[in-house]
Amino acid sequence: MAETFEPVIIGFTCNWCSYRAADLAGTARIKYPPNIRLIRLMCSGRMDLTFVLKALAGGADGVLISGCHPGECHYIEQNYKAMRRFQMLQRALPQLGIEPQRVKLVWASAAEGQRLANEITKMVEEVRALGPLQWPDGLHPESVEQAAAQEVTA
Amino acid sequence: MSEQRIGVYVCHCGSNIAGMVDVADVAQWAAGHLKDRGVVIARDYKFMCSSTGQELIEKDIKDLGLTRVVVAACSPHLHEATFRKACANAGLNPYLCELVSIREQDSWVHTDRAAATEKAKAIVSGGVERVRYNEPLEPLTVPIHPATLIVGGGIAGIQAALEIADAGFPVYLVEKEPSIGGHMAQFDKTFPTLDCSACILTPKMVSVGSHPNITMMTWSEVEKVEGYVGNFTVTVRKRARSVNTDLCTGCGVCQEKCPRRVIDDVYEAGLGYRKAIYTPFPQAVPKWPVIDRENCIFFERGTCKACQKFCPTGAIAFEQQDEIVTINVGNIILATGFDLFDPRRIPQYGYGRLANVFTSLEFERLSNAAGPTNGHVVLRDGVTEPQQVAIVHCVGSRDRKYNNYCSNICCMQSLKFAHLVKEHCPGATVYQFYIDMRTPSKGYDEFYQRGLEEGTLFVRGRVAEVTDAARLPGEEGKLIVQVEDTLAGKQRRIPVDMVILSCGLEPRRGAKELAKVFGISCSADGWYIEKHPKLDPIATMTERIFIAGCAQGPKDIPASVAQGAAAAARVLGRIQQKQIALEPIRATVNEDKCSGCRVCNELCPYNAIVFHADRGVSEVNPALCQGCGTCVAACPAGAISGTGFSNEQIFAQLDGLLMNNISKSSVPA
Repeated sequence: MAETFEPVIIGFTCNWCSYRAADLAGTARIKYPPNIRLIRLMCSGRMDLTFVLKALAGGADGVLISGCHPGECHYIEQNYKAMRRFQMLQRALPQLGIEPQRVKLVWASAAEGQRLANEITKMVEEVRALGPLQWPDGLHPESVEQAAAQEVTA
Repeated sequence: MSEQRIGVYVCHCGSNIAGMVDVADVAQWAAGHLKDRGVVIARDYKFMCSSTGQELIEKDIKDLGLTRVVVAACSPHLHEATFRKACANAGLNPYLCELVSIREQDSWVHTDRAAATEKAKAIVSGGVERVRYNEPLEPLTVPIHPATLIVGGGIAGIQAALEIADAGFPVYLVEKEPSIGGHMAQFDKTFPTLDCSACILTPKMVSVGSHPNITMMTWSEVEKVEGYVGNFTVTVRKRARSVNTDLCTGCGVCQEKCPRRVIDDVYEAGLGYRKAIYTPFPQAVPKWPVIDRENCIFFERGTCKACQKFCPTGAIAFEQQDEIVTINVGNIILATGFDLFDPRRIPQYGYGRLANVFTSLEFERLSNAAGPTNGHVVLRDGVTEPQQVAIVHCVGSRDRKYNNYCSNICCMQSLKFAHLVKEHCPGATVYQFYIDMRTPSKGYDEFYQRGLEEGTLFVRGRVAEVTDAARLPGEEGKLIVQVEDTLAGKQRRIPVDMVILSCGLEPRRGAKELAKVFGISCSADGWYIEKHPKLDPIATMTERIFIAGCAQGPKDIPASVAQGAAAAARVLGRIQQKQIALEPIRATVNEDKCSGCRVCNELCPYNAIVFHADRGVSEVNPALCQGCGTCVAACPAGAISGTGFSNEQIFAQLDGLLMNNISKSSVPA
């Protein structure tokens, strides 16, 4: 491949902090690479791990989860639930043959546009270094997608 | 799902978006490649939020029978309401409109036009997929409690309380000190008019104290806030005053007789004394004193009771306990003010080590006729008038080591100090050491000119050090200000008698903890974050919680008053509506799917989920649910769905963002 690999990263952001941090980065014209595409949730606690798996199965090379700093959750303490789920996922990812570094949890308050931009820039570099997500033999993206969909509609 | 007819509208936002994203290409692409996904029309327009832009959408909804609308423009936090309203005007349920951001999250943050355009296409594609699953929703309405809680009895809180109370609605004003008044009560004069601070503040304080609609709770702190938008239940701890306020007449005999003198760190800024039983100042509102139990001899040793012996009405009540009061309010205004930057953090300025280095608040007290020196500006020895005074600007402000921000009031306060020094100590020389003079409000620059005319000397440069180590003749016994005069390009040593540090403003210590109690956020500096820095400086991201005065950022008295009044106006508008429409983002349990495992019950921070043991299912109370969605993500049976952010919507958006919708459809490349 002559061109450099451009990863696609899906970012799940919290309506109250990191989505606003992204807005702030925009208003302040802070630059970061265009590889990330954001989805707004009301809270990082809304983060269903199947979202992450579905993103990876659907072609994303990395997933960024971001929420309010511990103790600053708009919904009191739901970011702790996100943190727990993230820890669980970090253990599950290697078992699926996925480098755990492809999924990152970043706390960013509404005031931290610069921080979010820095984290995105860093993550794009890291995922670029990892290369495209190669699904191991025997684990077809569709089957993961199916399993994820099943879990949701079960 | 029935066939959708989707309209896509791509905004240029002048050159804000069009400068980095080929908007015409994005619209064309959407019309072609997303045709199979239900897009029947895609347009680009210079300003979608303009009335013409909105009419464009409304016309298409009517003429083309659109069932869904996607607007690709700025952040939903800016214009979601605008486009929802436009859809509603045309008869489309507003929640069938999706605003996706290609400005804040694309054109403004990227530098490669081709990549930004591709990203915009992905974002539009995500919006189109998501909107297919949007459901028509109706806002929930809940009644608003007519009472308001105001935290902080400084000038901003006082102004807000009076505005609301005068309009006929009940106000609870909670203040942690024994009296309202705040920092303004400590000042002698106010810039730029040199109004007597007490003369303009006291009448307002008295009005608050006597207002039938205001319940004052001084010597009190908010402990807990529960409930939901429009109906908060607030727990306030009223600390034991140890004085029966029904009997106390405020005569002050107790304060005269109390044998324990305590350095007054709050009101007198450490320069003067108060007693263990005290009102902070003579004009205090309310007039009732409090016993500071940490310093009271009776609470220390069990004897004394001097105050009790002399109290003519028998009002002293040592046995009083803290009282926990629960109040119900619909709106909350936080006006918690500021703390002064502690100049001990800059050791080279010598505060706390060199006697005649004063803080700005100390000087306020020195110059105040009701202060510890009866308004005589003297050195720490209490008698000597200073002949040379240095005023150091930006202490703890505009300094990367401490606070990056400008504290807003220091230039003007320093000019006021110079004037007061000259007034109190005729013939004194006053030096101002400044970085930049900032005097941008009404009458402020005129005051600066007046300072120049009065002969105050201005030296441009940040002071390096204040020392008492004399090196040159004439420096003995003086404080020497070492500074680089950046206009003269020279190092200077200026001997003076008194140094006043014009300290910056910092968020209240404890502001962050209080923010957590109320569920609002602080900026990196610790000030409370407003909803919008320009268009909504008094609201917070949390509905029904407003901010006023220095809690939001450093500001002077006129700005604090304006903000207090503005917050009150907003609250009054809300109360008049009697009910409030809430975003219908709520979780609901599908009882057929619920297995009754109760995983969700424990997760809900608002106790909005109740378990019906008889039916073996959980149910969400929509009035308590705030829509965070944690239970939706946690339900192992997939029985809980979240309106506005359903799994289907998010999965669809994911597919769209990853362009999986395109590869699967058979459209021309």
